[in-house]
Amino acid sequence: MADSGTARPGGHERFDPYERYGWYEAVRHYLLFAAAWTRVAWQYRVSVLLLAVGQFLATGLDIVVIGVLFARVPRLADFDLAEVGFLFGTSCTSFAVSNLLFGSVERIGERIRDGSLDVMLVRPVGLLVQVATDGFSPRRLGGLVQGVGVLGLSLAGLDVHWTIGRMLLVITMIICGIGIFSAVWIAGAAFQFVVEQAAEAMNAVTYGGSFLTQYPMSIYGRDGMRMLTFLVPLAFLNWQPALYVLAKPDPLGLPSLFRFASPLVAAALLALATAAWRTGLRHYRSTGN
Amino acid sequence: MTTAFPPPASTPDGQAGAAVQPANARLVVENAEPAIEMDGVGKTFVLRRRAGRLRRERVDVPAVADLTFRINAGEMVGYLGPNGAGKSTTIKMLIGILVPSAGRIRVCGLDPSRQRMELARRLGVVFGQRTTLWWDLPLRDSFDLLRHIYRIPPDRFRENLDHFVDLLQMAPFLETPVRQLSLGQRMRGDLTAALLHDPEIVYLDEPTIGLDVVSKAAVRGFLAELNRARGTTIVLTTHDMTDIEQLCPRVLVIDHGRLGFDGELRDLRAQIGGERILVVDLTEPHPPIDVAGTRVVRVDGPRQWLAFPAGASAAPLVATVADRYPLIDLSIREPAIEDVIARLYTSGTEDPSDTRNSSGAEDFSGTKNPSGTEDVPGTEDFSGAEDFSGTDGNRPVPRQSGTSDTAASL
Repeated sequence: MADSGTARPGGHERFDPYERYGWYEAVRHYLLFAAAWTRVAWQYRVSVLLLAVGQFLATGLDIVVIGVLFARVPRLADFDLAEVGFLFGTSCTSFAVSNLLFGSVERIGERIRDGSLDVMLVRPVGLLVQVATDGFSPRRLGGLVQGVGVLGLSLAGLDVHWTIGRMLLVITMIICGIGIFSAVWIAGAAFQFVVEQAAEAMNAVTYGGSFLTQYPMSIYGRDGMRMLTFLVPLAFLNWQPALYVLAKPDPLGLPSLFRFASPLVAAALLALATAAWRTGLRHYRSTGN
Repeated sequence: MTTAFPPPASTPDGQAGAAVQPANARLVVENAEPAIEMDGVGKTFVLRRRAGRLRRERVDVPAVADLTFRINAGEMVGYLGPNGAGKSTTIKMLIGILVPSAGRIRVCGLDPSRQRMELARRLGVVFGQRTTLWWDLPLRDSFDLLRHIYRIPPDRFRENLDHFVDLLQMAPFLETPVRQLSLGQRMRGDLTAALLHDPEIVYLDEPTIGLDVVSKAAVRGFLAELNRARGTTIVLTTHDMTDIEQLCPRVLVIDHGRLGFDGELRDLRAQIGGERILVVDLTEPHPPIDVAGTRVVRVDGPRQWLAFPAGASAAPLVATVADRYPLIDLSIREPAIEDVIARLYTSGTEDPSDTRNSSGAEDFSGTKNPSGTEDVPGTEDFSGAEDFSGTDGNRPVPRQSGTSDTAASL
């Protein structure tokens, strides 16, 4: 979670603290901090409510766009309304959950600039936990309502033969989507150790990624799809597993194993992101005083 | 671990006085277990500067270099140095916030940067200029959150909290959101937050900065008691010479990233010498005062500035001046810590007995002493020569008890 590493030879190190700072303690601290910040947010509840409504409407606008689109054409790149809704719903749900869990990390640049990151480093709590809960607010639930709603409607409207495998894959792809988006958040936070004012660039990647995965990737053309598969592997977020769930052929003709590769991709991206995070933290320079 | 903190004295002066004795009494630390070990520690920041249109060159900026010292468990140490000398960098390396570029650090036997969180459970840190409390939550909520974070047993937590609330008189504002607290109240909250989990070592970075006299005295008394009653190791960085005088038997001085002095405050003063300034207000303009052992460095109407060796007693001097001249008011100005330290590097090798020559009038006027603003540490203005009657004649600061130890060390 932070500046872990192997013990230097010859030192007195007793053990690696990160073995002791396990998942249980991290989750416990996450909940403690999230609860504290929620209490803070509750003091400004009107503002939280308005922001939640705002987030709800903003996501709602994306849905309106799809509605307008399908009022004109019956199918989009061979996907009907329910199928596009399925892509939109899975992407939106994953993004909303990752945003709720890790969206606050974008504030780290501010924390580095004003020196309050030092205060976090004094506590026996993983820095990532503290940064992820920094200013945690229930207003982010606004986006989740929409994602889950659209996903529910599309599942009801899909003409799919539901097998156990397909159902499991739907759940897996949402979880992997959360993992992939979270990796992007964490990598973005790590980048801010280098460039402190990178919050906007980070938002371009996170929100941009969310937008790109809301539509069938075939609309981006073959080169676009290749890029989104091999360079920025967003295709594994929902596109590849969705091809299996919706029983569609892959326009790129990639092996069918790709439909089930999401967990691997998510795990790899998370590993890369946490490695970047640790490197960033080790190079943290603090402020003047 | 005893909780036998005595109840707070009713006056700030009483607290400050009580603080003095134990701190000095602990000069010889019987428990020689090292709490902090620094071995050739250095930290170099790498800056990338623009050189030409596209090229950027790498510039190494050493913040501290070759720091070697050892602080034993139960010690109370003042860590001094001018702004930018590397104090904060050192403290941040000791906490594990910054990774040293060279050398070896052990705090409680742990490597801070690699075992930061493990170490954090055993440390208390107070940043004078920054709060660790939750800005928007009532003070009590912050404490409660810390109880969960550090897993403090409920009995111990209640005991500690009651104790600190009582000692630091926090009951009236426990339910107030931190953002509404005054600086002094917030500092008391921060002190408590740093100590609820019974840390072995406490770092305090400018704990009295910006506080009023009463709050400063309360904080000092509290720290001295903490060190005495619980044996907590305390490392203090400050610009306030009085903090050091009242609390720290041992002083580390850092300048330009290097350790310049490690020893007792008394030895630092003796090594550096320097002069104190007696400012006297006479009833009317008068020719320069002529008293043995002093030198008039400035005359401004009825006000005169007399320099005298820092090691000499002010009481006979004051008595002589009061006897011979129509005196209305006077004050004594201590050499500012910046000046003391600057002198350590410019004239540290000089013979202490020769110090009168080392700070001439031009030296004096070049410092910020004459301004008398509140950022001159150690300045204590008071009026009336009769105030001195209560002291033992070594140092004219009106304290009631326990003054002799401090005075002797000055």
